[in-house]
Amino acid sequence: MTAYARPNDLQTALGLMAEGTRRVLAGGTDVYPGAGAALAGPVLDITALPDLQGITLGDGLRIGAATTWATIAEADLPPALAGLQQAALQVGARQVQNAGTLGGNLCNASPAADGVPPLLTLDATVELVSLRGTRRMALSDFIQGPRKTARAADEVMLAIHIPDSALQGRGAFLKLGARAYLVISIAMVAARVVVDRGLVTNIALSVGACSPTARRLPLVERALMGAPAADLSHRITPADVATSLSPIADVRATAEYRVEAAVELLRRVVGGLA
Amino acid sequence: MISFTLNGQAVSCDAAPTLRLSEVLREHLGQRGTKVGCDAGDCGACTVLVNSRAVCACMVPAAQAMGASVETVEAQTPTLTRLRAAFLRHGAAQCGICTPGMLMAATELLARTPCPTEKQAETALGGVLCRCTGYRKILTAVCDAWRDTPPAPQPDQPLGARVERLDGAGKVAGDLFGADVVPDGALLVKAVRSPHPHAAFTIGDLATFQNRPGVAAVFTAQDIPGRNAFSVIPPFADQPAIAASPTLFRGECVAIVAFEPGVDPDLTDFPIIWTPLPALLTPADAEATGAEQLHPTRPGNLLIEGRVRKGDATAALASSAHVVEGSFQTTYVEHAYIEPEAGAAWMDGDTLCIRACTQAPVMDRDETALILGLPQSRVRILPSATGGGFGSKLDVSLQPLIGLVALKTGRPCRMVYSRGESMASTTKRHPAEMSGRIGCDAGGRITAVEFTGRFNTGAYSSWGPTVANRVPVHASGPYYTPAITARARAIHTHGPVSGAFRGFGVPQAALWQETLYDRLAETVGMDRLEFRLLNALRDGQTSATGQVMESTGIAECLTALRPHWQRALADATGDTHLKRGVGVASCWYGCGNTGLPNPSTIRIGFGADGRVMLHQGATDIGQGSNTVIPQIAAQALGLPLSAFTLIGPDTHLTPDAGKTSASRQTFVSGRAALAAGSSLRAMILRLVNAGDEAKLSLNGHLVTVFDGQARHQINLRDLPLDAHGYVLTAEETYDPQTKPLDANGQGSPYALYGYGAQMVEVEVDTRLGTVRLLKITAAHDVGRAINPTLAEGQIEGGIAQGIGMALMEDYIPGRTENLHDYLIPTSGDVPPIESLLIEVPDPDGPYGAKGLGEHVLIPTAPAILNAIRHACGAEIRQLPALPHRVLAAIKEARDV
Repeated sequence: MTAYARPNDLQTALGLMAEGTRRVLAGGTDVYPGAGAALAGPVLDITALPDLQGITLGDGLRIGAATTWATIAEADLPPALAGLQQAALQVGARQVQNAGTLGGNLCNASPAADGVPPLLTLDATVELVSLRGTRRMALSDFIQGPRKTARAADEVMLAIHIPDSALQGRGAFLKLGARAYLVISIAMVAARVVVDRGLVTNIALSVGACSPTARRLPLVERALMGAPAADLSHRITPADVATSLSPIADVRATAEYRVEAAVELLRRVVGGLA
Repeated sequence: MISFTLNGQAVSCDAAPTLRLSEVLREHLGQRGTKVGCDAGDCGACTVLVNSRAVCACMVPAAQAMGASVETVEAQTPTLTRLRAAFLRHGAAQCGICTPGMLMAATELLARTPCPTEKQAETALGGVLCRCTGYRKILTAVCDAWRDTPPAPQPDQPLGARVERLDGAGKVAGDLFGADVVPDGALLVKAVRSPHPHAAFTIGDLATFQNRPGVAAVFTAQDIPGRNAFSVIPPFADQPAIAASPTLFRGECVAIVAFEPGVDPDLTDFPIIWTPLPALLTPADAEATGAEQLHPTRPGNLLIEGRVRKGDATAALASSAHVVEGSFQTTYVEHAYIEPEAGAAWMDGDTLCIRACTQAPVMDRDETALILGLPQSRVRILPSATGGGFGSKLDVSLQPLIGLVALKTGRPCRMVYSRGESMASTTKRHPAEMSGRIGCDAGGRITAVEFTGRFNTGAYSSWGPTVANRVPVHASGPYYTPAITARARAIHTHGPVSGAFRGFGVPQAALWQETLYDRLAETVGMDRLEFRLLNALRDGQTSATGQVMESTGIAECLTALRPHWQRALADATGDTHLKRGVGVASCWYGCGNTGLPNPSTIRIGFGADGRVMLHQGATDIGQGSNTVIPQIAAQALGLPLSAFTLIGPDTHLTPDAGKTSASRQTFVSGRAALAAGSSLRAMILRLVNAGDEAKLSLNGHLVTVFDGQARHQINLRDLPLDAHGYVLTAEETYDPQTKPLDANGQGSPYALYGYGAQMVEVEVDTRLGTVRLLKITAAHDVGRAINPTLAEGQIEGGIAQGIGMALMEDYIPGRTENLHDYLIPTSGDVPPIESLLIEVPDPDGPYGAKGLGEHVLIPTAPAILNAIRHACGAEIRQLPALPHRVLAAIKEARDV
């Protein structure tokens, strides 16, 4: 088995993946920390696969899995994706944004993955491909736990899809950490709000770094549906937020603080979208 | 075969496809301007441009560079030329280890945005950590790099001039640090380290491991030929270079393996069996009755207790109008220099040569010689450029290890610590638990201080005795205190070795005392700045140790802050959840060893060719002694800086200028340089019987002496050569006059003190507990600013470390041994800083100059906490003030 391959066609890539377990390498920003001078074991480098690159608007929005954060941040996208673009500018710092990819962020499945909360508010699905075929699933089903996803060993994430219905409204993202750059979140929130004649007709809210995986907040969303857009913040109750979260205490914050911060950040993010 | 374009040239090499690009550049292509600080994308030191985009070379697989255009700090482009000049002009490079990464990140920015705003620069540089500068001068340089500025002319007078660093050209080109010079055929040395805080171990079949292909040699404690115990303070020598069982802290070295060059240094199958033992992790555990003793001669795990007792503090407090009481707790703080320990060793005949990063070449020589059983004359220390030290590179780290390999194998070798290894195995700032009382009279004059501190000194002595002795001396702060009882105990635990870190325990004590002074001022009903000014030590008053103070500049510093303070108080409003506050704190700090000899020697030789050779053993770890010492020498000699050539540090070429610690180089080595310069000048004047006021000029080998109307010429080639090969040599030593402390801590421990006060403006988000720093104004009495740019650089860098200590830094062994869990400030975390250089000359300082390097860190954290309390009432008693702690303190304040 070739130790390292960087094919430029998908069929070759999938053939290699079918041969046996292979580490998938894209931007390298999660793979290299902790590695030796070089990576051990067979590696599939997906950065030369054209199918995994770029952002296309057609039937919904398609983001190739190996699209970098910098590309996402620099793209001209509907306001619904503003939260994702804000997140793209807060992943690590410039160097990580230039190399790191959206698909890599999802497959790495850190509880503090910056891409997940905004994508949850965009009802994102992920497209996985192998020689066995293609399948799509909701992002919330794909990420199963810390560092645990539904990706089979022979699969490659091809793209992230956002349905037309989720391209409506405006999005936003807030990240809270203990320093300005290169910081792992204590808590982060994303929102997408659709407003019609001053009333919320659709709303999606999510919180990251406060549960094993980032979560949508159905109770809070329900409480805000139909409400006047200018009057959302106080309708967010700590109890509704807490129901959806299960934070841990670690070196960055206590569990109790994380819930409080999530409530406050949610109030601010919806306040900013009013 | 990997082929790409490197700085415009086609290159190719036979590297593994997933080899880190940083390794390809450094190891395969020999381009070592790109630095490696963490191998994890956390520090950005390895930033290069791949197809014009800034990336961390440590996370780019070689194969992704195939066919790409790669640009590194070795490039010669108009943008880099302007950036380099701007970095030098603004003093943006200190140690220089982050400079290549900064320059490359800035290059990417300037390609998009030729005249960036400060905010744009801050964001573009957010991924490159700097531990020296506090970023402000880097941001200024990047924003000013569009300008083509001719080099500054030589100043008429070197003293007080904003001279660009004399070693700056190397720093902006990618200087040669410990990892950057590799002798041909060097073995690669790796250490086997304890994964447990306290553990017994047995080493299995070493012979089999040693016979593996690629393994050149293995050494354990039993291979140490000399005394396997060192300490920076020789009578306390207790730390083995390579430990025998049991180990006393996580990260302790138990064996070293030398690998042949090019071999994957794989230690996974090293034959060792660990048996974890119960560990004493806190001083409370270590002082508990029946606790295991770490060192047989230190009952109760007490390394040492420092004491200062003047008057009867208890009685004075009993009769004081106001008394406040409080406690404070700090954590382990990591130095987090961006250069992990690195170096190379080789034999030159009988002499063992060690080229490594260090703050203390002569101490390295003496300790390595003892450990390896060699006479000092057979060990030569050649300090590399040192990528930050801040106290931790005073202790030996890899010097005895690579020395052992070179000595035993006869082959050159090298060693580079990983980030995790550097963090786990080297010294830390002492965690402190402090408590006590401070009183004042009805008018606000301080009556007495009672202070008790317990400092977790970790497994071995290191600088624990210094911390325990310094803290009580400084525990009052720079305020006149008629009665004081201060005690500081250094307690051994199975934690990381606590050693020297910028301030030697004084920053911890300042957190206790300066936050209490705010409460005391409030109790009296006085303005907090005026309270400090009222109590500021003045000339003729005695310190806690009974020393009569002179050239005491604290009142001048506080007075300089006064208009800023009044403006800031007026600005500190906020009726939303965002509350603004302002805080102030002072510092004082005695320069040099505490009541102990502390000499420096400087030699200046005049060559027959007219070059002035400055043998300068004061290690420049970024603070600027390579520039300041020549400025002083040039001023004393009366010749321009351009006449000087720097030699050393090198223990075979430079006399002992002591260690770069305790803010002593400008003061002590500066005085030696002043004496040597003056002495050389006197020799020249004597040759022509000229008077003291004569002026010198140099043209090649011809010296002209203008003495009033008379004009004399000396042809240096006509003079005989001395034993050093010079026509004239001056060598002078200076040792500060001190008086050792007695049993009550009374004496004159320092010849000279420096003073300072800082004012911090904050905005606290009272719903999230986050703290935004708006501005820091820092007034420091430097006696005489030899180089104002470098002095400001020290202030800004010290403040950045104080910010980190106050708000984010928390070293937890085994948990935050990397630079993404252990947070230090980034370019976005240091607010604008206004430095006010106050000059109250000290008769003992060179041209009046005082030390500054450590002072600058001391007031920052307490001033931040005082500002937070002023903003929202939150009293922080435990560092770091992370958002959850601040929010909890805000709630506590509301509930009171």
